[in-house]
Amino acid sequence: MTTVERPLPSLFSVVRTRAGVELKEFFRQRESVVFTLFFPVILLLALGAILDYDLGSGVDFPQYFMAGIIAVGIFGASLQNMAIHIAGERSDGTLKSLSGTPMPKSAYFIGKVVQVLAVAVATIVILLLIGVFVYGITLPSGRDWLTFAWVAALGAAACTLLGITVSTLARNSRSASATVTPIALVLEFISGVFLPFDQVPTWLQTIASLFPLKWMAQGLRSVFLPDELALREPAGSFELGRVALVLGLWCVVGLVLCVRTFRWQERGED
Amino acid sequence: MTRTPAATVPGAVHPSTPLDPDAAISVRGLVRRYGDRNAVDGVDLDIRRGEIFALLGPNGAGKTTTVEILEGHRRRDGGEVRVLGVDPATGDRRWKSDIGIVLQSGAGDSQLSCLELLRAQAAYFPDPRDPAEVLDLVGLTEKAGARGRTLSGGQRRRLDVALGIVGRPRLLFLDEPTTGFDPEARRQFWSLIRSLRELGTTMLLTTHYLDEAEELADRVGVITRGRLVEVAVPAELGGRGTAPAVVHWTEDGARRSAETATPTAFVAELAARFPGEVPDLAVARPTLEDVYLRMIGEPE
Repeated sequence: MTTVERPLPSLFSVVRTRAGVELKEFFRQRESVVFTLFFPVILLLALGAILDYDLGSGVDFPQYFMAGIIAVGIFGASLQNMAIHIAGERSDGTLKSLSGTPMPKSAYFIGKVVQVLAVAVATIVILLLIGVFVYGITLPSGRDWLTFAWVAALGAAACTLLGITVSTLARNSRSASATVTPIALVLEFISGVFLPFDQVPTWLQTIASLFPLKWMAQGLRSVFLPDELALREPAGSFELGRVALVLGLWCVVGLVLCVRTFRWQERGED
Repeated sequence: MTRTPAATVPGAVHPSTPLDPDAAISVRGLVRRYGDRNAVDGVDLDIRRGEIFALLGPNGAGKTTTVEILEGHRRRDGGEVRVLGVDPATGDRRWKSDIGIVLQSGAGDSQLSCLELLRAQAAYFPDPRDPAEVLDLVGLTEKAGARGRTLSGGQRRRLDVALGIVGRPRLLFLDEPTTGFDPEARRQFWSLIRSLRELGTTMLLTTHYLDEAEELADRVGVITRGRLVEVAVPAELGGRGTAPAVVHWTEDGARRSAETATPTAFVAELAARFPGEVPDLAVARPTLEDVYLRMIGEPE
């Protein structure tokens, strides 16, 4: 037997392979594309056609809704997508098979991050195009784009990590979906996505404040709404510092939970 | 822990023999508990490099648990294990690149085509086989562009095997690879395993098909209630090679039979007693199935 050992493939080359796999797995599955990508699009088109109220300062419903629906899009692309699909990969043996190969484990997670980024960016671009061409919303300008970028990135990171954690709690993708989807809907209602946050009862505002969706939506409102409307926020401002703090904390909590709970096979199979 | 000292198992390695670092697989005193039950209860085993070894046993006997410990997928509660010289509990990427695994549950669902799946799998290994050649080897060339869920059960399993061998493993684990195959698919699969043997791959196969073990394996280990009860070449399992033959015939209207170590002489004697043909003459040796059923049926 020859003893010349070929070098193991580099992390970069395996990541490239995994990223390709993740993108194909997502975009070829009709359910995931409709559920994750088109759900916020359909919501935007449907609610944009039905709801019509004036928030003052020349802000109509679509302009207000833009921030919330983009937060919903990011939430779907990261938390819901990860929770449901990783639970599925665990229950059907995909993860177990992968863990028996010399694939570096980090490559798997980086591949997931690439998938989340691709889906989130695609969702955001489609929502913005509809916003501009169907509803004539005003796009952010100057420094607002920077705020947009960090709120979206930090929110996506926190929700990806939480989604991976939730996938471990679920038995399979169906139970993950059945758990996460209603929770997401409730959070969307109490986080100021569909109706102005100051119309949400105070105690529900408090509950919403515990979760990242409210802070993503709030950070994004600072991007899409004129500064005067900051006064309609319960705190009297968009609290960008606190947005960064809470989302950052969720990243830390999510990372710790993720690392401590992640399993490559179903419970009781090790 | 209630493990009783292992009695000497016919054909198996003695528990006090040191681990063999040159063996493909070397196991001493392997124990795995589920609750208060020992699913694997003191297994000792050496598998040589280049050998095809079949682990035979009824459902729940501990086959999959044993194999998954060797693959690095499960913990063990006791004993020593070396797979290609490494403890699987600490196997790193280099070790995994020498191993191919076909899980009992298969490789999961995917939106990727067969060829795309094989290419992705190949990209994890340092010295993979050509994915197109592997598809050819398992007879799935015309399904290269098909997605997993459009394949039949047998094709799906051959894809699992293709994924297991594309990394050019020195050791291949096959956990019940042909469950659910029709006889034709099973025969095709056997010839695939033989061609892998030609390429020098060591294989550990679990099965509950006796003909499969007899057809493929250099040696067979029978496991029941977490213990190996015998290790032997298939022709000699359960003393088959030296077991007395049983001669059946009909005499005075009654069915008669006799056990004999010298069936030829016995039949010659019979032939002399009868004027013509010996009525309903048959000479039988215990089949693998006979000895296997006797082994797994043994009370504790």
